[in-house]
Amino acid sequence: MSGYFSEIYTGGKSLLIGLGVTFRAFIKPVVTVQYPREKIDVSPNIRGHIELIKCNDIEAKHDCRVCGMCAKNCPCNCIVVEGEKQEGVKGKVLTVFTVDFTKCSLCGLCVETCSRSALRFSNEYELAGFTREEFHFDLIKRLEEK
Amino acid sequence: MEQIIKFIQTYSLLRMLLAFCCLIGIIFANAIVMGYLERKIAARIQRRWGPMEVGLQGWLQMILDGVKILSKQLIVPKDANRFLFRLAPLLCFTPVAMVFVALPISRSLYGINLNIGLIYIIAMGSINVFSILIAGWSSNNKYSLFGAMRSVAQNIAYEVPILLSLLAVVLTTSTFDLQEIVKAQSGPIWFVLYPNLFVAFVIYLIAGCAETNRAPFDLPEAESELTAGYHTEYSGFAFGLFAIAEYGNLFIMASIATIMFLGGWNGPFGFLSGPVMGAIWFLSKVFILMLTMMWVRWTYPRVRFDQLMNLAWKYLIPFSLVNLLITALVVKII
Amino acid sequence: MATQTKFDTQDKHRFLLNMGPQHPATHGVLRVVLEMDGEYTMGIDPILGYGHRMQEKMGESKVWPGFYPNTGRMDYVGAMPFNHGYVALIERMAGVTVPERAEYIRVITSELNRISSHLLGIGAYVLDLGAFTPILYAFDDREDILDALEDITGSRLTYCYYRAGGVSKDIDDTFIRRTRAFIENFRTRIPMYNDLVTNNIIFIKRTKDVGIITADMARRYGATGPVLRGSGIAYDIRKSEPYSVYSQFDFDIPTGENGDSLDRYNVRIHEMEQSLRIIEQALDKLPDGPVYEKPKKVKLQPGDCSFSVETARGALTYYLVGDGSETPYKLKIRVPSFSNLSLLREMCEGMLIADLVSAMGSLDLVIPEIDR
Repeated sequence: MSGYFSEIYTGGKSLLIGLGVTFRAFIKPVVTVQYPREKIDVSPNIRGHIELIKCNDIEAKHDCRVCGMCAKNCPCNCIVVEGEKQEGVKGKVLTVFTVDFTKCSLCGLCVETCSRSALRFSNEYELAGFTREEFHFDLIKRLEEK
Repeated sequence: MEQIIKFIQTYSLLRMLLAFCCLIGIIFANAIVMGYLERKIAARIQRRWGPMEVGLQGWLQMILDGVKILSKQLIVPKDANRFLFRLAPLLCFTPVAMVFVALPISRSLYGINLNIGLIYIIAMGSINVFSILIAGWSSNNKYSLFGAMRSVAQNIAYEVPILLSLLAVVLTTSTFDLQEIVKAQSGPIWFVLYPNLFVAFVIYLIAGCAETNRAPFDLPEAESELTAGYHTEYSGFAFGLFAIAEYGNLFIMASIATIMFLGGWNGPFGFLSGPVMGAIWFLSKVFILMLTMMWVRWTYPRVRFDQLMNLAWKYLIPFSLVNLLITALVVKII
Repeated sequence: MATQTKFDTQDKHRFLLNMGPQHPATHGVLRVVLEMDGEYTMGIDPILGYGHRMQEKMGESKVWPGFYPNTGRMDYVGAMPFNHGYVALIERMAGVTVPERAEYIRVITSELNRISSHLLGIGAYVLDLGAFTPILYAFDDREDILDALEDITGSRLTYCYYRAGGVSKDIDDTFIRRTRAFIENFRTRIPMYNDLVTNNIIFIKRTKDVGIITADMARRYGATGPVLRGSGIAYDIRKSEPYSVYSQFDFDIPTGENGDSLDRYNVRIHEMEQSLRIIEQALDKLPDGPVYEKPKKVKLQPGDCSFSVETARGALTYYLVGDGSETPYKLKIRVPSFSNLSLLREMCEGMLIADLVSAMGSLDLVIPEIDR
């Protein structure tokens, strides 16, 4: 019988303590933000899709020498790199560099294997689209647009 | 203006129609306000913003949701009992409207004053069980049926402590007339301040939570076990009626607590108890009670079914019986 | 529906109830067919495979570094130890040495990930029991961990951070400051969880003596992790066969007594405290030096090798057979939740459906990890 009343006491007390916890949370400030209107600063290290690094401030120039290591190392086969010989230029010149972002799993192996450090992760995370083709990024074009 | 009032007074049918429209309006407005408050309070307890986009602080959100619900189709499952399936939401909503008629919101603001008002309200309140049972059974869904079965057992078990705790007040005032009960509390002391009636008040609040299927007793719609319980198959406005009736029931439960224990439309110490101020006092007490129930809902886990029954039969009913006995002795001696 | 089940439903009082694959209590695409007698579950038949992605076959069809991103996708809640197991396996097989600083960083990030996984597990468990609020508080705390890890790994959930031979990026002062601040903050938050959840009478009533797993039963099914420790067996791979630098830290293995859901919950709470201790020690001892020494071209020698790590849900073993090429000949992954799930049938027979949800939630299952 004493167990009966002590259970009521301890149980009721635990319930009141629980109410106290939620009440304290109720009067504390809100921790979320209204996303599209306010934004939290994202870390500069986040991994978006890859992009070519601009090595020259004036024109859209990159350091890629079309060795193809990124495409070869990509576990998802989502990178296509093509180059051609041009007169007066040593080595190959990049003509096509596309990423199929729908397949990319953001492992970072392409960035790590790039011997000339011509690749990096972009910081773009607000990516949405209606078709798959919108995620087939042409990195040369993106570099020129910047 | 006078002519209009006279016209309304002469034609009682018109008066009833007008009162009925007001009533439905109140129930809908109550659901909108409560739905909004529920979402806001839940959000603040969880340290979120809640609805913010539509209108200032998102106050139009519930109206928008109402419109969305209205625009949706009521899909009747293939093997459902079509008649009962459509009947259940109406059966859920009608008793709520009927109870609202008898609530004395203020000294002179009420639909009808019955000398057995309390019995009438409790009788109407129990019809709710039928609607849940019919909704669960006619959906032809096993989860819905579980919800319905749980609800019936729960409501029957919890009517007993509700009645017993309210009977303590009836013994004290020796009337079932709600207006009389409120008038008996017009002095400085409301019934909740009597020790024995305070116990009755606590028992009533717990049992009322269970009767209105609110968390932590929301077993009929336990979403982690039964997906959505008895209204799993409902969509569109039928679902909306269930939600409106739920908030209506909550309002009724809180207003009975206010009338029976918290002095109804009386201000504290009989302060400012005019007809208009009375309504404000009444509504503010009701809303404080309902906000408390929301606070409880967003704090606790859900109890299990046998624990729910244990709580009723092992704790609430013995306590309310003993309490009733003590009240009877007190009334006899004094 | 009934074709896959082996229940005898001749008894007209019994009926089949299909729980999942979209049921809210199954946390993903697990389907459980229940044979019910009223609200009592008389037979339980979990059906797997809705999230099967052929992870093992994918591992066998790519060169070995190509499997890095897949490891994090199996258990998306606690991805770090899955990374760890795979890179440690390759290191063991190819004899790659790892710089000491990298090992410390692995321990720190793995333990942070364990805390975030346990927070989510506890929150989702209490959500199964009907309380909405604790999971959002857990998310609030988890956010600190995810922000800190995002800063160094670049992703928030499916990390691909470890490499054979180290880790892909060094940690900086911001990370250390953030982690220390988190430890301090989280120590004050644990009493809050105890007040809100652990000591709550309704919670105790819902979990105590529900879903009892005896030590013998846990052994028979090969249960690991908090499920096994809840049954009173202090088995933890971090202690019993210490990998990485775990042998250098002082920490306890919390165990339960009865093996019920409450014990498993308590083990998780205490494990988070122990993880805080490990992180604190690792941050104090953190040596300087390089974090990644890229190995020379690694060929997987003919022969087999296995490696076990302790994930948030139990023992994870990678088993690999090489054939001299860069592509694994055979890759087998032993995931903890699969063994833990197989307890369900024996544990839950004759239970109320509400208890079934409670017992299943306490196993803290991640379905994509089971299906792989």
